[in-house]
Amino acid sequence: MPEQPDGAALADLQHRFTGAVLQSRLSVPAGIRREVRSTHERRFGVYRNNVKASLAAALAARFPVVARLVGDEFFTAMALVFIERHPPRSPVLAEYGAAFATFLERFDPAASLPYLPDIARLEWARHVAFHSADTDPADLAQLAELPPEALGSVRIGLHPAMAVIASPWPIVSVWTTNTYDATPEAPAADWTGETALVTRPHLDVLVQRLPPGTDLLVAALAQEIALGAAADAVSRTQEGFDLATALSTLFSAGAVAILSQGSSS
Amino acid sequence: MTADRLLRAGAGLKSEHQRHILEARPDIGWFEVHAENYMGAGGPPHHFLERVRALYPLSVHGVGLSIGSADGMAPGHLARLKTVVERYQPAIVSEHLAWSTHDGTFLNDLLPLPYTEATLSLVTRHVDEAQTVLGRRLLIENPSTYLRFDGEEMPETDFLRALARRSGCGLLLDINNVVVSAANHGFDPHTYLASFPHEHVGEIHLAGHAVLKSGGETLLVDTHDRTVSPQVWSLFRDVIARRGAHPTLIEWDSDVPAWPDLKAEVRQAQSLLQTAGGLDARAA
Repeated sequence: MPEQPDGAALADLQHRFTGAVLQSRLSVPAGIRREVRSTHERRFGVYRNNVKASLAAALAARFPVVARLVGDEFFTAMALVFIERHPPRSPVLAEYGAAFATFLERFDPAASLPYLPDIARLEWARHVAFHSADTDPADLAQLAELPPEALGSVRIGLHPAMAVIASPWPIVSVWTTNTYDATPEAPAADWTGETALVTRPHLDVLVQRLPPGTDLLVAALAQEIALGAAADAVSRTQEGFDLATALSTLFSAGAVAILSQGSSS
Repeated sequence: MTADRLLRAGAGLKSEHQRHILEARPDIGWFEVHAENYMGAGGPPHHFLERVRALYPLSVHGVGLSIGSADGMAPGHLARLKTVVERYQPAIVSEHLAWSTHDGTFLNDLLPLPYTEATLSLVTRHVDEAQTVLGRRLLIENPSTYLRFDGEEMPETDFLRALARRSGCGLLLDINNVVVSAANHGFDPHTYLASFPHEHVGEIHLAGHAVLKSGGETLLVDTHDRTVSPQVWSLFRDVIARRGAHPTLIEWDSDVPAWPDLKAEVRQAQSLLQTAGGLDARAA
């Protein structure tokens, strides 16, 4: 007579089942009805495959440029390592993959592509923007309508879908050619860093390069620093910072949600 | 909600088809969505579902509640399911007799449970909790399984009957899952369907499966990636002729075809529902 399974027995079974699904080196857990031995392994293998193949497919769909850069076979192998080390912690699959970029930083077999983690950050930001809250973006005309003396104290509220990813690598160029070109352009000899702006003003997620210093302006605005003080601070640290260009880029991309007047900081 | 419209065949709503559906407004009964795909704050998923919901009845099918988890359902997840249900006011809300989360790790598959009294008490408690939080009746779906456990105490059909009686939930009869499990465990799907508690059924699922052959053994795998098999159609015809019609869904979740191919499957289900005569003529 087998042990009567109670709640603790079921918890134990699910614990061993979970481990064996994720770690292929672990054997099929006890408590599963034995058919012929090969069958027993193969049947458990259906669950292993369902779990891992579905998660690897979800990651491939979420990080298509990373997959294109390393090739499908390499990507799947890399994804399986990630899944073993970082299985999902939420039943909402859209939340899976936040740790992928950091994982790639320490994944030695991909070390020859040092920009891979930042490409993954850009793709994750696009994914997050796709699902983020909806708000109509503000128009640059709203800023232009303000009296000149009011400009310095205006506060610029950033759009909930916007994100900025600064990189020492030309991530926007790499992402763009691998997204839109049948044959990706070869990297230029003198690679310079690029800062990506990700926005979703309406339904479509947009990616573009930010002009120099604009990421610093965004960081200051995010801390609710008024426009005048934020622009002054960036001008002091970033040579060639052009406020008009920065604002026009941010507004036209839909990176701004709301303008408000507050007391000067 | 028009009851006669829901008593028709419907389709899983796929992102590949939603623009076309909104433009063409195809004449099918209803759509079903996976609850977990609508738990984000905003963006295109909600944009399109709101518009589809304005035109068609909806069913919300949860795939992540894990009502069979020995360590309990995640309370945060149940709250998010409630938000989706309150926002979209579906005609039907369903989940699975399965588990997918243990100790916070989510395995993204519907994993099998041993059919014992202890499991029955646990699942009954969880279904009761979910129905209380959601403030409505759930339909629970029979799973497709690839292995069974030592020490099981009752067949799946007895487990589902007892679950429905004790918790007051309804059942979602997935005929493809019956065919898949029957082939994998060597029982006759007719026998299973003869002992299924049809009086609790509120919805039927139909889908395609893969046939996996190796080492002299054939396993059926519930893939939802192709047309419904002839055997599943035949059992569906029997079930609705003998037990009456229910809202019937074509599930096609991977290798999603062009809309006309999915619509053809829905039409096939629709014509069988009409032939069965269990439907009001106005629903035709």
